[in-house]
Amino acid sequence: MALKFSSLLLDRVVRATVLTVFTVLLAFPFYWMIITSFKQNVDLYTMENNPFLFNAKPTLDHLKFLFTETRFVRWLGNTAFVGVVVVAITLFLAVPAAYALARLAGRWGERLGIAIFLTYLVPPTLLFIPLSRVVAFLGLQDSLWALILVYPTFTVPFSIWLLMGFFKSIPRELEDAAMVDGLTRFGAFLKLMIPISTSGILTVVIFTFTLVTQEFVYALTFISSESNQMIGTGIPIFLVRGDVYYWGALMAACLIASLPVAFLYNLFLDRFIAGFTVGAVK
Amino acid sequence: MAIDAARLKSGGTGQSPFLSTAMFAPAVLYILLLVGGPFLLAIFYAFSDARIGNAELHFVGLENFRSILESPSFRVAIRNSLVFTIGSQIVVVVSANILAIALETAFRGRGIVRFLILLPWVAPISLGAIGWKWILDSIYSVISWTLVALHFIKPFSAPMWLGEPHLAIASVLLVHSWRIIPFSTVILLAGRTAIPKDIPEAAAVDGAGFWRTQFQIVIPMMRPILSVAVLFGLIFTFTDMTVVYILTAGGPFDSTQTLPSLAFALGIQGSDLAAGAAISLFLVPLLVILAYFMLRIARRAEVS
Repeated sequence: MALKFSSLLLDRVVRATVLTVFTVLLAFPFYWMIITSFKQNVDLYTMENNPFLFNAKPTLDHLKFLFTETRFVRWLGNTAFVGVVVVAITLFLAVPAAYALARLAGRWGERLGIAIFLTYLVPPTLLFIPLSRVVAFLGLQDSLWALILVYPTFTVPFSIWLLMGFFKSIPRELEDAAMVDGLTRFGAFLKLMIPISTSGILTVVIFTFTLVTQEFVYALTFISSESNQMIGTGIPIFLVRGDVYYWGALMAACLIASLPVAFLYNLFLDRFIAGFTVGAVK
Repeated sequence: MAIDAARLKSGGTGQSPFLSTAMFAPAVLYILLLVGGPFLLAIFYAFSDARIGNAELHFVGLENFRSILESPSFRVAIRNSLVFTIGSQIVVVVSANILAIALETAFRGRGIVRFLILLPWVAPISLGAIGWKWILDSIYSVISWTLVALHFIKPFSAPMWLGEPHLAIASVLLVHSWRIIPFSTVILLAGRTAIPKDIPEAAAVDGAGFWRTQFQIVIPMMRPILSVAVLFGLIFTFTDMTVVYILTAGGPFDSTQTLPSLAFALGIQGSDLAAGAAISLFLVPLLVILAYFMLRIARRAEVS
């Protein structure tokens, strides 16, 4: 009995230690962003100071600088605008496609669904060179519309895949009953399936939006002027003047831009995992 | 009624080709135009002398590939791409398995711990990387300060984390691991939760210790999900250029350049579309192999 008890205690201690070490290692950069955001420059740039403590009074100067002297707010707006439009396009393309592939096209639809998922594996770093010419050809250089045109290349395949799994989990009998009651197949899709699938569609909305905020390569390639940047490119590139890094403002910007995305993501994490593990977990 | 049933049956088993085509055609068309088209264009550029600002275009055969294969920076890039991808995935697999075990049983505060652990994956990677650039700063690095305070190194002799080739390579590798660990952890955690509780319990009753239960029962049962986590981890790291671009921009002296970052440096910054396209095509063979394994997992799921 004593042996059992001590091994249980040991188990808990080991578990707690492992979790503490990993949590500290993984979350440290974000803790560091918080500390740095509120430190005065004289505190940040004195090497003798213990960097873990506030050696001078905390300050809001970096935040003030960020919101008044930089285009940070503009970048937040750009990101929200592109995010909303890309979400709309993604829903328009992915919801009907996922339904058709899950329900109407049979085995063949399954294959096509997998083929579409595979296009999710074609990375931006393979396509950005030819797409930069497509964007130039369309006269969209340095325009947010270039991003709106291109971002669905990665949001649509992932969304179709997620929604296919979602539609398949809804029993066919529901639609059959609705069609007996006189709805057409398309009517059943619009009036029955879409309302039932609100949570699946909401998941797609959230993930499309977070994928847009996380994207870097296309925004770096297509957008050149300071006022048209997204947060992911504007912060690391335009908050640096020459070789001068405004670390306080930079870290504050990273923090403010990261946290909302992280919260949203966490709310829908389980569905996101389900999208990646379809077929591998039974 | 009988007619209704027949119609329903045919609708239910996928006999409405017109409606279904009309519903998925826009998405398929868009993907063909903006993924398929550019992919072919990349292949076309790789065999041409395309440059930004140069309207004329000539077919040059394998010339781009010949000059790429001869360039030392390309060889460094391909080596780095493999080192970062495989090296970080080893760190990730070990860490994520440990973390998933530790997170498996419920405890107070697990939600908060999960949120904190997930931050590297869910925050935009360019911003996480900027955080690391500050932590690894050449003068004000908190790591250097700590090492000095603990008397591991002398003041003012701190290493340049991102300024010396070997340290820079190690830094990039670890930042990649840092980013993917949360992703793999949550995938593996989902796999663990899916295993019926009585199986490891039965093993424990039969006298199998912790390690034997893990290595001989739980981890083999999780093989499909472990493969999913590893395949996606490999793809995300192999095709990423953000971490390198932000941390080192490929430097010092091209020592941390990867295939994607070199393609960007030559193809976009250097205006040499042909060379950039040819370099990025070297991503394809590994992607095809990984996609093949992905398909095998999907097919196995389809059969069962």
